[in-house]
Amino acid sequence: MSATPGPATERREVAVVAFAQSDHARDTAEVSEAELLLPVLQDALGQAGLRAGEIDFTCSGSSDYLAGRAFSFTMALDSVGAWPPIAESHVETDGAWALYEAWVKLLTGAAETALVYAYGKSSSGAVRDVLTRQLDPYYLAPLWPDSVSLAALQAQALIDAGDTDEAALAGIAARARTDAAENPHARHSGPVPPGDYVVRPLRTADCPPVTDGAAAVVLAAGDTARRLCDRPAWIRGMDHRIEAHALGVRDLTDSPSTRLAAERAGAFGQPVDTAELHAPFTAQEVVLRKALRLDDRVRINPSGGALAANPMMATGLIRIGEAAEAVRRGASRRALAHATSGPCLQQNLVAVLEGDPR
Amino acid sequence: MSKEPVAVVGIGQTRHVAARRDVSLAGLVREAARRALDDAELTWHAIDAVVIGKAPDFFEGVMMPELYLADALGAAGKPMLRVHTAGSVGGSTALVAADLVAARVHRTVLTLAFEKQSESNAMWGLSLPVPFQQPLLAGAGGFFAPHVRAYMRRTGAPATVGSLVAYKDRRNALKNPYAHLHEHDITLEKVQASPMLWDPVRYSETCPSSDGACAMVLTDRAGARRAPKPAAWMHGGAMRSEPTLFAGKDFVSPQAGKDCAAAVYRQAGITDPRREIDAVEMYVPFSWYEPMWLENLGFAAPGEGWKLTESGVTELDGDLPVNPSGGVLSANPIGASGMIRFAEAALQVRGQAGEHQVPGARRALGHAYGGGSQFFSMWLVGAEPPAT
Repeated sequence: MSATPGPATERREVAVVAFAQSDHARDTAEVSEAELLLPVLQDALGQAGLRAGEIDFTCSGSSDYLAGRAFSFTMALDSVGAWPPIAESHVETDGAWALYEAWVKLLTGAAETALVYAYGKSSSGAVRDVLTRQLDPYYLAPLWPDSVSLAALQAQALIDAGDTDEAALAGIAARARTDAAENPHARHSGPVPPGDYVVRPLRTADCPPVTDGAAAVVLAAGDTARRLCDRPAWIRGMDHRIEAHALGVRDLTDSPSTRLAAERAGAFGQPVDTAELHAPFTAQEVVLRKALRLDDRVRINPSGGALAANPMMATGLIRIGEAAEAVRRGASRRALAHATSGPCLQQNLVAVLEGDPR
Repeated sequence: MSKEPVAVVGIGQTRHVAARRDVSLAGLVREAARRALDDAELTWHAIDAVVIGKAPDFFEGVMMPELYLADALGAAGKPMLRVHTAGSVGGSTALVAADLVAARVHRTVLTLAFEKQSESNAMWGLSLPVPFQQPLLAGAGGFFAPHVRAYMRRTGAPATVGSLVAYKDRRNALKNPYAHLHEHDITLEKVQASPMLWDPVRYSETCPSSDGACAMVLTDRAGARRAPKPAAWMHGGAMRSEPTLFAGKDFVSPQAGKDCAAAVYRQAGITDPRREIDAVEMYVPFSWYEPMWLENLGFAAPGEGWKLTESGVTELDGDLPVNPSGGVLSANPIGASGMIRFAEAALQVRGQAGEHQVPGARRALGHAYGGGSQFFSMWLVGAEPPAT
């Protein structure tokens, strides 16, 4: 693999200047995707003092399979206000990757500002069944192994390896929900009982709540960011990596793609004080902490993370937004944000965010 | 700051057919990717990142297939990004890949787009019930036919123009070994006698449903220097969107298409596209869209596009050849079709288009659109590196 050209310092500065999210809910049948998005987009743009028509580039993340229909993202564009015509793109995955595409666009110099948004209404279908359609369509998908069962395989592998036990997982679940009490957007908050087994060894509290929700981020480059925002959260580095699909060829107790993405994002250069990890299942936090070398001094998921609200396709973008918020309000000097896609942490993205020194 | 120039150094396509029963989805994409790598004389090792695109996942019945396809494309351990912008996706995917090189985030990127429509049923994939919205209008042809009629009424174009385009593109396809339709006995009379599907669009003026994939290797200046064959250089690229349905939309010549073309020409320093561009690969799924897009893209004044077509200017030996490859009318693996347009434009300026080569082509436009004329993506490639 050839080296990434040029030192990171030659790169254009790009920052998160605004972040907004919905109050996540179990079911939002009363609103369309565009109606779910509209207040979130207005909030984010309002924070940056911009109108949709003033944004240079727009990129969104969503999935047709969650909506249950083809081209579902085209309707969501109505909430942006796409007239006169806008420069716009879409990724069929979590909005964190839409943010990555927008970040690259700003790095080329072709845009000064970007609007990134993502949404998912997991309530539209049986999400455990829907996610089986992500698997190898010839050999695995016909067996319908669902997402919780696959996550349980991963959790059991970690327990067998001595990396965790059920009590430790319950501790992660309790910490996440307790922290979420401070997060007005979260679905679950406050101490919750571990609950019954869903698929051994995972109990209810080890699994993410089925969630509908949306999020939006405004990015800006250099002096534009300084003009739009008192304290921009600068993206010091960002990278994402994918792994083999078949679970049988991966070591489920480790995440080499997360480690590599973190290395390429410059996460290991200096310690981070806060990490927003996209770990829908408690056991995945164990894997990510190891891959990212996060010790007990790092505050993990002060928002409650995906265990408190998991609006699929927006959950990863929200991790970047929450990390940026922590930087912007001065609660973090250097924060790490992580997003994942695919079964058992197959694809992982890492971003490092910092504020200007004060 | 300055952007890194982007070069196309490898291109690969599958032979597009109605059903590739001999390969899986993974086998299909790998075939195109291998051919692109072979063309560039590179191994998987040289690829820093993969950017993949396709139209809706319901077309094959696999949710986010890039996850499963990571292995087939040698992407394990690398960044893999999935783009989806409806029918324009093949073009948008190439532009996202080009940005990675232009921003100097990666040096060499594999970009690929595909559709394997035979795995499922695209008609049903598009026909899921949507509350509070108008249902599908009897397929894409049903949606576009009224806009063709509006074009005819607005410009006074004679009813024969559509069949001229189809006859031309199907003849061009005979020179392209990758095209789906090879109608060796095609005649203008046969096109005109084919059944009327959506008045005024006849059966032979309609794109086929294809399985196929297209891949390109994009690289920076240093990569282009090492390339064994001439590179195609990107001089401009843009995406634009507007809503599918709203009061005041001009379906005959959407503003997003005009704006997208204008952005590309501005980047490439083109002031007179009709004179300065040597070949066009245009997204024409229904024959009448050639004269319509000729106007939308600035090759003809409003109302004049059909005259260019009628006078033979857009023939392979005309002075503005449009779809020398046979175009979407001759092969339509939907998600790949936009990238095929971009790749065919690049083949032209590399001088690698074989029997359908436009002699001396120096600058070529690749064009894609999707949705109900909602999404547009285009690039302009040249035989020489850009001036900056």
